[in-house]
Amino acid sequence: MILNDEAIAKIKERVGLYPQSKSAILPALTIAYHQVGYLNDKVYKDIADIIKVPCVEIAEAATFYTMFPKEPVGKYLIQVCHNISCALLGADSLISYLEQKLEIKKGETTRDNLFTLVTVECLGSCATAPMMQINQDYYENLTREKVDKIIEELRAKA
Amino acid sequence: MFYSPVITNAAEAVKNEKLHLFRFVEDSEQVKIGTYEAHGGYQAWKKALTSMQPAQIVEEVKKSGLRGRGGAGFPTGMKWSFIPKDSPKPRYLICNADESEPGTCKDRVLMERDPHAVIEGMAIAAYAIGCHRMFIYIRGEFNHSIIRLETAVKEAYAHKHLGKNIYGTGYDLDMVVHSGGGAYICGEETALLNSLEGERGMSRIRPPFPAIEGLYACPTIVNNVETLASVPHIINRGADWYRTLGTEKSSGTKIFSLSGHVKRPGNYEVELGFNLKKLIYDPAYGGGILGDKKIKGVIPGGSSTPFLKADMLDVNLDYESLAQAGSMLGSGAVIVFHEDTCIVWVILKLIHFYRHESCGKCTPCREGTGWLEQIIGRIEAGGGKPGDIELIEDVCGNILGRTICPLGDAAVMPIQSAIKHWRDEWQFHIDNKKCMVKTNFEFR
Ligand SMILES: Cc1cc2nc3c(=O)[nH]c(=O)nc-3n(C[C@H](O)[C@H](O)[C@H](O)COP(=O)(O)O)c2cc1C
Ligand code: SF4
Repeated sequence: MILNDEAIAKIKERVGLYPQSKSAILPALTIAYHQVGYLNDKVYKDIADIIKVPCVEIAEAATFYTMFPKEPVGKYLIQVCHNISCALLGADSLISYLEQKLEIKKGETTRDNLFTLVTVECLGSCATAPMMQINQDYYENLTREKVDKIIEELRAKA
Repeated sequence: MFYSPVITNAAEAVKNEKLHLFRFVEDSEQVKIGTYEAHGGYQAWKKALTSMQPAQIVEEVKKSGLRGRGGAGFPTGMKWSFIPKDSPKPRYLICNADESEPGTCKDRVLMERDPHAVIEGMAIAAYAIGCHRMFIYIRGEFNHSIIRLETAVKEAYAHKHLGKNIYGTGYDLDMVVHSGGGAYICGEETALLNSLEGERGMSRIRPPFPAIEGLYACPTIVNNVETLASVPHIINRGADWYRTLGTEKSSGTKIFSLSGHVKRPGNYEVELGFNLKKLIYDPAYGGGILGDKKIKGVIPGGSSTPFLKADMLDVNLDYESLAQAGSMLGSGAVIVFHEDTCIVWVILKLIHFYRHESCGKCTPCREGTGWLEQIIGRIEAGGGKPGDIELIEDVCGNILGRTICPLGDAAVMPIQSAIKHWRDEWQFHIDNKKCMVKTNFEFR
């Protein structure tokens, strides 16, 4: 098993909440993603064993949702919204700024495996644009100064 | 103090008792059940469950004129009345918190700052349709909203507003907080049902409508967060009071998410019928255009609604006025852009989104959005050819009205309106292989 006891317990608890256990697939994928950082066949197999649904059905659902990375990402997954409200307030320049700062292109991971930079569609933070999500947290109303500080703090923490 | 720093007009709502949704959203204690109850919370649920019949609640909501705030604007009470009276199957209520229409960020504020209001509205709706297990489907990225709701649900059970034999009436009601997959299409109600069942989030062909065969093929009602959060106020103060808010035909208040080139982007609760110009320019709301530039256009109801040009902005924000202006109220997401914005660039952002979010079930939408992105991308990159505008119009015409769900139309309508309003600019882009206006927005 890749999933740890905490994740397994959480997933088991979810199954009991639904009239049909397949409904627990998406929450289970989310729990697994939060633990592992990405999803792959091994994770699907674990989930299939816990909620007793064929593995192919887990994979079928998982591959529909681009929210879950399907291969390893850096310790911090930086997702920058590039949709219209953020773009009007400079999301494209924010992305270039991060590319320069991290010395990677979007879609890439830094050599120290700390940061992966990707762009995503609207995250519902339109009136606090531009914004990015790093792992589970939102960072809103971004300025150069804020971005510098956020990256610095994450580097220091790592 | 708050997770999201978004601006609201709660200060106005404290003074103006008509603005009921935002009254407590700047009170950081409001998320706690004790504070919510002290502010009159759960009184409506108690009143509904202990003194009203389900049919009476449906009638009251019908009479209030409340319409869905998720985008389609369907009359809420009428939707509830479609639940078959005699079905032996369980019924389900689902609160749609997928919030992913670009520009829309209002449900998040309610969930993060007033989660019990959402639960209370859901409980009343559940009772009205005879549901004993209700779900809220929250997009997976809204981790904070999910935690807030989960915490609030636990509190609501502890205070016996949920669970078995609520208020001694014998009525049982459970609530499940479901984290979704962050896909735009899963906000479409039939795709949401598939997603909640653990399937790929693809739309279903209607009929059957969810009210007849929804979740697990049982009668199901799907309502938006804001719609449901409005319900306790209708029960507390009555449909007649609710009808005094807004306009004759569009009653109530609505939260508008104002974003883009305004000085004060934010979420503002106003009565329906509020003037769009006032929302954009009044210092209490948008405060005018960044850099005092000239406004070029507005998307009034989320990225799926047709554009309004600068000379069309003296319009009131209600269902009828916006329809008359050739657009829609949608989800109430007002996206503003000024004179330095290239319209082809705007449309490319949008069509990229719709292509990415198309579930792929029907050919016109799956293929058509891809073609549109290619053609528009080519024009934006300086490779436009004579006839491209007509080609775009042709592709749009072959998507519109020919798809399983409204995503196809949603992708097309803004493009058609952008060509109608700014055709000369599209032509300029094609002829000169560059933007007519410079689009180069730097973040601060
Ligand atoms: C592509 C698409 C995306 C949608 N996204 C949402 C959404 O995120 N939230 C929402 O409440 N409704 C959304 N809707 C509308 C729902 O299908 C449905 O009409 C709504 O949830 C009903 O609730 P209401 O009547 O309270 O508005 C979407 C519709 C479409 C076609
Ligand atoms: S219109 Fe698009 S999103 Fe809707 S069912 Fe067809 S392919 Fe899927």
